[in-house]
Amino acid sequence: MMDAFMQFFNDNLLIFYLLAFAILLGFEVVSKAPAGLQTPLLSGSNAISGVVLIGAILLLRQTRSDDYLTLALGFLALALGMANAVGGFVTTDRMLDLFRQKKANQ
Amino acid sequence: MTTIFLTNLFYLSGLVCFVLGLRLMSNTGSVRKGNFLAGAGMCLAILAAVMEPVSGAYNNYAWIAGGLSIGAFAGYFLSTKRAYTLTTSVVAIFNGLGGACAALLGLAEILLVYNGESAASRSMLIAILCTIIIGGVVFTGSLLAYAKMEGLIKDSSVNLRRHGFVNVLLLTITLFCGIFVYLQGDQGSSLWAIVFMLIAMVYGVYLVAPIATADMLLVTALLHGFSGLSAAIVGLIYGSQFMLVGGVLVAAAGVTLTLAMCRTMNRSLIGVLTEGISSPPQASFPNAVSDTEEAKEIDQSDTA
Repeated sequence: MMDAFMQFFNDNLLIFYLLAFAILLGFEVVSKAPAGLQTPLLSGSNAISGVVLIGAILLLRQTRSDDYLTLALGFLALALGMANAVGGFVTTDRMLDLFRQKKANQ
Repeated sequence: MTTIFLTNLFYLSGLVCFVLGLRLMSNTGSVRKGNFLAGAGMCLAILAAVMEPVSGAYNNYAWIAGGLSIGAFAGYFLSTKRAYTLTTSVVAIFNGLGGACAALLGLAEILLVYNGESAASRSMLIAILCTIIIGGVVFTGSLLAYAKMEGLIKDSSVNLRRHGFVNVLLLTITLFCGIFVYLQGDQGSSLWAIVFMLIAMVYGVYLVAPIATADMLLVTALLHGFSGLSAAIVGLIYGSQFMLVGGVLVAAAGVTLTLAMCRTMNRSLIGVLTEGISSPPQASFPNAVSDTEEAKEIDQSDTA
């Protein structure tokens, strides 16, 4: 078991480097945000988590054209992922509108 | 050759756009720019996924175009029909949709394995099951968080007696069901895979149910970190470094944001998850912002 893991680690070293730096980067990039920006940042970052829709596109492209169950599942997944991405970006934009309005009122 | 180079270039630039976008979004003056840049990165990635050369692909471009446009329309509609002041709770809905997307992808993949359409190694099977459980929990958990923030569901109506015990029991059942499906290998029945997804979804509801409405934004942030994780695992399944790194980035950002929000609200994450509804936060933290409305108010005035 341990050997298998060490073998896996050695074979995929580049991926592990990538993961380590992605984690550190995700932490670094967000950690300096002022408290007032946390909600829009959450919304924007939530939109980015819509990347999962790439998986739905790849699934749909590989599915046989008469395999309707998989096509339907992939289609639904793609629509949901796209709603996550588009909705996230639009929501962030609207939050910023709200901030600007408040600023103008003050 | 050129196509492969171009797709890889698009994926890479998309990821750079994400990182720069997040960076710009955490500075007061450049939030909108950062949001736009991240959106551009998403467009680049979608373009790359559509034109990426896939061996033996059937393409089904009509299905893809339909899914993209319906999703885009639904996302736009859901976020613009709300009043401006209610934008915060919509984030929870979109987060839930992302989780549902991951869970459905996992389900589709495991059904393909059962039909003998694609071969799966043991580690691949584990990755698929992880996607289903995390996606399912994020889906229902986020929807409940939304319902609570909107006041559609009262805390008292979903809180059970001995909730902690019920939660541990449900988690155990979910994990055992997952192990059962895993042990069946590629000869399993699709019924059990669906049951596994449903149990994970029930667990998502009970995970969020005992947490007070005032803390729902924190819960959304935490679940958003999980949905990033599920995106990363989907990346492992499809062998896409872009999704893997993007998902991990979002997961790390989500956890960091959750902890930062806890600090802003003067609470501890463990406290939020375990205290439940019964003990009001005002008692232990005199300065705590206990009401969601108040918290929103502060968030917004700070920025202005």
